[in-house]
Amino acid sequence: MHDAHASRTDETSGPLTASAVLVNKVGLHARPSVKLTQCAKSFVAKIELALTGDGPWTDAKSPVKVMRVKAPQGATLHFRVTGPDGEAALAAVLALVRDGFGEA
Amino acid sequence: MNSPNSGNVGIVIVSHSLKIAEGAADMVRQMVGNAVPLAWTGGDVDGGLGTNVAGILAAIETVWSPAGVAVLVDLGGAETNSEMAVEMLPEDRRARVVVCNAPVVEGAVIAATESSGGSSLAAVKRSAEEFYA
Repeated sequence: MHDAHASRTDETSGPLTASAVLVNKVGLHARPSVKLTQCAKSFVAKIELALTGDGPWTDAKSPVKVMRVKAPQGATLHFRVTGPDGEAALAAVLALVRDGFGEA
Repeated sequence: MNSPNSGNVGIVIVSHSLKIAEGAADMVRQMVGNAVPLAWTGGDVDGGLGTNVAGILAAIETVWSPAGVAVLVDLGGAETNSEMAVEMLPEDRRARVVVCNAPVVEGAVIAATESSGGSSLAAVKRSAEEFYA
């Protein structure tokens, strides 16, 4: 499954990128950060996030670093994913964000 | 005060206050889930504020597995009593139980998050200690 907004920046081995808007009220606070990092950790791909398409990029598998981003509701989360299961990883993190981490 | 072992690194919460230890454990359960062995202890032997080595030892035993145990502590005595408890463990287990240099509540949640993904004891400790990095 490939997200409509996802794009391959390099046809061979470059990272996949895509973005999604944070819809849940509290933004990327403690609980959503934990859910996001747990999801990210279930993939081998390197997964990074940022508030702009240019970075700075944060390791999405580090709960402390993800919380420090302090992304509020309405912010656009950009993801950059590299690895063999990158497409599945990207789809999973985007779904989690769009679903409001199950708490809306 | 415990949960069955899962092959993941166990988490022990040690506070001077049983209420804090219990509350931090509630946060871990709600935010991280049940995939992590978790135990907590708080208060001195008379039920007042403080910590006691026997209680800490029992908590470590509860969550012990060869994956190891990360101990999160609050102030002074919690740390020294936890270190004493580790020293009282059988020799072959001592190296697999670590006291983290991290805030007790935040550290417990982060350590459990790391553990829930199957991370090693070293990775769990490192992640919890990122708070002071």
